Amino acid sequence: MTAAIPDVKELEAIAQELRVTIVDMIHKAGSGHAGGSLSMCEILSVLYYAELKVDPKNPRDPRRDRFILSKGHAAPALYAILARKGFFPEEYLWTLRKIGSKLQGHPDMNKVPGIDISSGSLGMGTSFGIGTALGARLNNLPYRTYVVTGCGELDEGQNWEAFMCAAKYKLDNLAVIVDYNRVQLDGTNDEIMPLAALEQKLSAFNWRVIECDGHSVPDLMRALKEARETKGKPTVIVANTVKGKGVSFMEHRHEWHGKEIDDASREKAMKELKGATT
Amino acid sequence: MSETPLRDVFGKALAELGSLNPNVVALDADLAGATRSMYFGEAHPDRFFNVGIAEANMVSIAAGLSTCGKIPYACTFSFLITLRALDQIRSQVCYPHLNVKFVGTNAGISGFGDGATHQEVADLAIMRAMPGMTVVVPSDEVTMRQAVLQSADHVGPFYLRVPRVPAPVLHNPESPFVFGKGIRLREGADVTIVAMGMMVCRAMDAAEQLAGAGIQADVIEIHTLKPIDAELLAASISKTGAVVTAEEHSRYGGLFSAVAEVAGEVKPVPMGHVAIEDRFGESGQYDEIMASCGLTVEHIVAEAEAAAARKR
Repeated sequence: MTAAIPDVKELEAIAQELRVTIVDMIHKAGSGHAGGSLSMCEILSVLYYAELKVDPKNPRDPRRDRFILSKGHAAPALYAILARKGFFPEEYLWTLRKIGSKLQGHPDMNKVPGIDISSGSLGMGTSFGIGTALGARLNNLPYRTYVVTGCGELDEGQNWEAFMCAAKYKLDNLAVIVDYNRVQLDGTNDEIMPLAALEQKLSAFNWRVIECDGHSVPDLMRALKEARETKGKPTVIVANTVKGKGVSFMEHRHEWHGKEIDDASREKAMKELKGATT
Repeated sequence: MSETPLRDVFGKALAELGSLNPNVVALDADLAGATRSMYFGEAHPDRFFNVGIAEANMVSIAAGLSTCGKIPYACTFSFLITLRALDQIRSQVCYPHLNVKFVGTNAGISGFGDGATHQEVADLAIMRAMPGMTVVVPSDEVTMRQAVLQSADHVGPFYLRVPRVPAPVLHNPESPFVFGKGIRLREGADVTIVAMGMMVCRAMDAAEQLAGAGIQADVIEIHTLKPIDAELLAASISKTGAVVTAEEHSRYGGLFSAVAEVAGEVKPVPMGHVAIEDRFGESGQYDEIMASCGLTVEHIVAEAEAAAARKR
């Protein structure tokens, strides 16, 4: 919990390393969601190495910060960072989606240390985060709650119930990060359900709204710092990202929301990802 | 006949529970005046969250609170909790097996005047099918209060069915009430009557009438529909050789189904049922709708006679 915060270059390298792991995991599993996992790698590297107060040796510490992956289909990304942090052995990663594995297709809080809530059915994470944020208040604990939602899942009405509710309770210990990659399963947000003027909508719901480049480590760090310093209202960080980031043939492609990565695609992806790290 | 509506018994017991246990919190979705969770809200305002007409949000928030050591009671009408928020119940409470209590008021047809939209005849079928869910249906003010007070010690997803209306008092406050244990209210060897909730008092009246006709009924109250007391049911059915169920619920998936599941495996016997057929309720007075749905003492008597006759 007191480890030194890595510098920007290291955080960038961790994100890229996550991408390599994610592609390998999905390749080996034979199915999984690459697009939305690859888009949130910087978000996760900054959260887990520069923001969250969590301890792999005491994953249920009542004082820990809470992390809620509302977009549960990005489980490979979460598993990859949790393993890297030491919440569980790295060997687990290669059992993703296999029978008997702790690493279910979507996160299971009772099977995997470091997961604060099982997720998968979309649109519920922010409401859950209101619960843990209210819990902090009731228990008089200073921890913060972080939620990552997809943009497609904002189609679910429950999010907007939660946006009203968190503002009512002035939950400044709650931060929601929207992985705004602008692509969902069947097409772009604009084609399927336009989210236009997202920032204005959230602002009208009385949230602090911070836009940032979701692939820029310094920009994410700035946004999270501003969120921490915001008083009297919850914060939403609209992180502009690219679905499938880092693998050219997956980028912006809804076809890569969830599908198997065959041997040839893996090889091509690895060339790009590893080329980028060196 | 007690004059206290069971929803008031619930609300006051919840407020009492809040005084006994500081971890108890309550949520409502703009029905606190109707569910009577308002009593909790008045007594413990810092632990009461009225989240507006947003049941899905309410259940997910309750799930979050439960992971912080709180014991949340999510209260609203039974149709709203079991239908509007069911994915949240399934995915965020039952799948991780979190300690959240769901309270469905105006259950069965007890939201009488409001009509079919506000009545719920399938809540028990739905909740019974949720993995790990305990389903409790009190029958009077004694069992309602006991169920509320004991529920905080039960760990895991829990559904409490609360009628809007009063019920005759069947139990005395000292009689034991244990989740999962049925209660034999009357001994008989000719037919078993298994009753639940508002039908228990009717089953007792039916047993009295049957005795007049020379049929001795074994009357068993099932207040915990899941996990059901299979042992008590099996013993009674083995003794009597015939069984009739009585419930203010659809014939599909409730008490009739649950008892048939037990009987079918351990002792197949002639069965009858008093339940709501494949239909909705309607507006009217509570007893009028009960009658129009066939939930009367006379229907229980007729079913019991028919089941007993089929033994021969």
